[in-house]
Amino acid sequence: MLQTLAPLQGLLPFEGAITPPKLDYTALAPLIVVFVAACLGVVVEGVLRRRIRDEAQLIVAGLGLIGALVFTVQGWTTGKQGIHAMGSVAIDGPSYFVWGLLLVVGLLVVLMMSERTLNGGAMGFAPMAAAVPGSPIERRAIELKVEHTEIYPLTMFAIFGMMLFASSNDLITMFVALEVFSLPLYLLSGLARRRRLLSQEAALKYFLLGSLSSAFFLYGTALLYGFAGGFELRTIDAAVGAKGPSSLLLLAGLGLVAVGLLFKVGVVPFHSWTPDVYTGAPTPITGFMAIATKAAAVVALLRILYVGLGAMRWEWAPLLAALSVLTMLVGSVIALTQSDMKRLLAYSSIAHAGFLLVPMAAAVTVQTATSGALTSSVGSILFYLSAYGFATLGAFALITMVRKAGGESTSLASWAGVGRRHPVFGACMVLFLLSFAGIPLTGGFMGKLMIFLAGWSGGYAWLVLVAVLMSLVAAFFYLKVVVVMFFREPGEAAEGVTVEKASWLTWVAVVVGVIGTLLLGLWSGPLADLAARMSVFLR
Amino acid sequence: MAASGLFSLAWLMIAIPLVVAGFLLVAGRLTDAWGHLLATLAVIASFLIGLVLFIDLLGRDASQRSVSNSLYELFSVGRWKFDVALQIDQLSILFVLLITGVGSLIHVYSIGYMAHDERRRRFFAYLNLFIAAMLTLVLADNYLLLFFGWEGVGLASYLLIGFWQHRNSAAVAAKKAFVVNRVGDLGMTMGIFALLAQLGTVNFTQVNERAAGLSPFWATLIGFLFLLGACGKSAQVPLQSWLLDAMEGPTPVSALIHAATMVTAGVYLVVRSHALYAQTEAASLAVAIVGTVTLLVGAWIGTSKDDIKKVLAGSTMSQIGYMMLAAGLGPIGAAFAIFHLITHGFFKANMFLGAGSVMHGMDDDVDMRHYGALAKAMPITFITFAMGYLAIIGFPFTSGFYSKDHIIEAAFEKNTVLGVLALLGAGVTAYYMTRLMMMTYFSQKRWRQGVHPHESPLVMTIPLMVLAVFSVIGGALMLGWITGWLAPATGGEEEHLSLVHFSGIGLLTMAVVAVGVVIGWWLHRRDVPDTAPATRNPLVIAGRRDLYGDALNEALLMRPGQHLVAGLDSFDRGVVDGAVMGSAGVFGGLSSAVRRLQNGFVRSYGLTMVVGVVLVGVVLILGQLA
Repeated sequence: MLQTLAPLQGLLPFEGAITPPKLDYTALAPLIVVFVAACLGVVVEGVLRRRIRDEAQLIVAGLGLIGALVFTVQGWTTGKQGIHAMGSVAIDGPSYFVWGLLLVVGLLVVLMMSERTLNGGAMGFAPMAAAVPGSPIERRAIELKVEHTEIYPLTMFAIFGMMLFASSNDLITMFVALEVFSLPLYLLSGLARRRRLLSQEAALKYFLLGSLSSAFFLYGTALLYGFAGGFELRTIDAAVGAKGPSSLLLLAGLGLVAVGLLFKVGVVPFHSWTPDVYTGAPTPITGFMAIATKAAAVVALLRILYVGLGAMRWEWAPLLAALSVLTMLVGSVIALTQSDMKRLLAYSSIAHAGFLLVPMAAAVTVQTATSGALTSSVGSILFYLSAYGFATLGAFALITMVRKAGGESTSLASWAGVGRRHPVFGACMVLFLLSFAGIPLTGGFMGKLMIFLAGWSGGYAWLVLVAVLMSLVAAFFYLKVVVVMFFREPGEAAEGVTVEKASWLTWVAVVVGVIGTLLLGLWSGPLADLAARMSVFLR
Repeated sequence: MAASGLFSLAWLMIAIPLVVAGFLLVAGRLTDAWGHLLATLAVIASFLIGLVLFIDLLGRDASQRSVSNSLYELFSVGRWKFDVALQIDQLSILFVLLITGVGSLIHVYSIGYMAHDERRRRFFAYLNLFIAAMLTLVLADNYLLLFFGWEGVGLASYLLIGFWQHRNSAAVAAKKAFVVNRVGDLGMTMGIFALLAQLGTVNFTQVNERAAGLSPFWATLIGFLFLLGACGKSAQVPLQSWLLDAMEGPTPVSALIHAATMVTAGVYLVVRSHALYAQTEAASLAVAIVGTVTLLVGAWIGTSKDDIKKVLAGSTMSQIGYMMLAAGLGPIGAAFAIFHLITHGFFKANMFLGAGSVMHGMDDDVDMRHYGALAKAMPITFITFAMGYLAIIGFPFTSGFYSKDHIIEAAFEKNTVLGVLALLGAGVTAYYMTRLMMMTYFSQKRWRQGVHPHESPLVMTIPLMVLAVFSVIGGALMLGWITGWLAPATGGEEEHLSLVHFSGIGLLTMAVVAVGVVIGWWLHRRDVPDTAPATRNPLVIAGRRDLYGDALNEALLMRPGQHLVAGLDSFDRGVVDGAVMGSAGVFGGLSSAVRRLQNGFVRSYGLTMVVGVVLVGVVLILGQLA
């Protein structure tokens, strides 16, 4: 292979033969383990019989995630940091943090996906996604109890892609990672067992709009390459330092790359896919997207802006601030009139994206923080993501339990009085809603406090004020759900609606959500310290 | 000095009843069969610990008798530090003994008294909660922890007054006690805040050290604020109205909480704050005046009531008035206040329990006009009650004789007007107590049909006997050492009191008391009308209506309060709600308008994104231009 390339020498932009990259396998172990588990899942799909496939897939995925988690923890505690794989992967504090978050969330989501008690022994996914909804073939598939156990490897590939995305240190790797996690998610979105048409529509919309955003990202990458002559963030940073920040090429590249990432974060005006996709996708996948995609994309965005384009701060900070206001406003205000739980949480996730932009715009680093390390932007964002993650995971797990005639009943009107009839369910949901709203003693409050502190000490006091006002508006629709659940007399829409008994596979997500939310609210010190210590990007 | 050995276990006195109370409430019906015994044992355990500590203190040198025991830091903010710490000294240990000693007896008594109540376990749990809170109040070494106990006893009092919650009157009385006490608590909290702001500490020792540095204005203000708190808790004028209604609670509660212990917390507070009151003549005088007014008001009410418990309640107010008067007289009065407080704890608990015993035999009738000639039917109750009676009127050599006479004498020394009024109060006391004795135990039988008075069981009469003995000899027992013992804690000096004590004022007091007794006997020696006779005597009418305490409250506080609330309510509806609803409407309309953009067509979504990209470009370019 190397020989055959030799005649091309001189034509290629690099000198000499290609040297195969030296990979530090122990450092990259978390990525590799997830990837191998995903590939094993594909093998399982082809080799094992259908009857045992589901269990086998669950075991492979579960072990893969746990193994990766062990390597992640071990890697962080032994201080294994560095930029690996020819400068394409940065393994640093934020990487480790978001890896841990992704792996924990992934594990819980995988468990939730294999829940069968709620669906009368079947999975919550389409038996045959390619069949036309309502067609004889689909009915036949249901009778034969056919299942798409491919959802496990798909999820694993998505997790792998997200992990790589959050830690990629050059734009090409980042783009590849973006596609690696996006494609499985497009597919997974279309796999809901019920309301197939809605689900397929969601998948298609997600795919089309995702492609558009990828195009923007790629175009931006090309422009930045044109400006800096390299893809690595460090190269771009050096180029900005050398040539100054006022190049039009640089500015356009920054804008377009940012758009690609803001799309994944779900920032207005690149949010339009969120409500439709969240509503149509199978609920466990919605929960997964709401946390994992957002976390990975936020860290990737932070990495590009802080590491590669840090010198452009005065350009992108006002942009982020403006988008933050817009996002908080649109997310909170539209959520007011939503009548569907999943859609409501979709807008809530948009509003949360807006809150996350507050400290991002303020760009307080550990070095520049005025009052202790806790108020650094990255640290507060990592903490906020965890608090938001726990509550979101639990909330979506609870949504899967409210059923009417076997299917999920997500309309708000049908939730009337469920809290009173099912106090444990109601109490958990209230806790998560309070955490979303940022009421004290929950993780959401501490998260909001920390990002607002970071925003304030970064000189964006006005933005913090707007954010506080908007969280007031947001509190209204969270509390509206509480009112419906406990104080509204069940009307016609609520007839036949029950909270079905779920197995431990779903409850474990709820329990982890409750414990996490309370722990972060009551005893936030340890995680806040950890987030602060893990908040430094390698350059 | 710091705590060591036994003293480091002092917290157990509070913890044992508290844990038992929690246990009984949580474990529920499982403990119905033996819960009351456990609760009684818990109080006795606390009493024994207290007794051991007391004996230890007795053996020490006077300078070694104040032991502070810091348990843990509650929180600290800036320069302020708040500890959960106990202070065991001459003053608090006496209270501990009174609370747990009388408390134990009343627990025992209640076993019999509440035998047929199906919620007896809960009753005992509340009693234990009260004991724990009251001990916290007196053992605290700072005002904040004291306030915790203060609120705790308020809660227990509320729960126990309303214990028979199915009776509307009990529920209303409990609520009234709670609300009136809030007014007093306002004074307490403001006083604590002021101390914190002025002295930077709420610790008793430090406050005492630094009190001299207070400006006269602040000293007076804090003195008045604490007086307000004391008025609420100790049912002093003008916050006296709740105590009479509080008699709706079971009688042991009246004996323990509303006679012997909790209502004396105000006196404790004033005595504890002696260094503070030493700085302010005005506030001290106010304390003395409040005490004097209350002692007359209480006695007045006592003369005109037919309900035996209400007579005793009026009497309690009146006696606490004596204590407040003494506490307001300064250092020497303070020791007598505590002296009288303890003897009063004995004889008033004795009489309340005696009243309970009478009610027990009379089918829970409280109207003295339905009693009469019970001396023969209930001999033990009668004899023990009579011993309490002798003590309260100050019959020579009984405990009340020593404690009350000294207060009257001290009042004369300070101010002749106060002295004369206190003397008058003693005469009235003798009158209404004689009236009570005559109507209950002597004259003719006026029993209702089907009522067969009988002596109460031993479990009830034994506590009576013990308390009766202390009512008589308690004064003589403490006489020799009480002032010297308390001197370091109250800032006074030792005074030698003699067992045979007949000063001019003492003889005068005895004469006044004798007159009161004779009038009481003369008026009630014959038959007593079955219903209260109609009268136009304004003094009697006023007395029967509690001196218009409720009417005053309604006119001065309730109605203006209602107007204020109505005004605030309309402000809230009109202005606040208007703004809120208006903004909600704006956001709702905005929401409906904006959600139209989310029309479900991918083409519009794509367009939105492109517009977004343009927007990003515009912002970036604007940034360049700026």
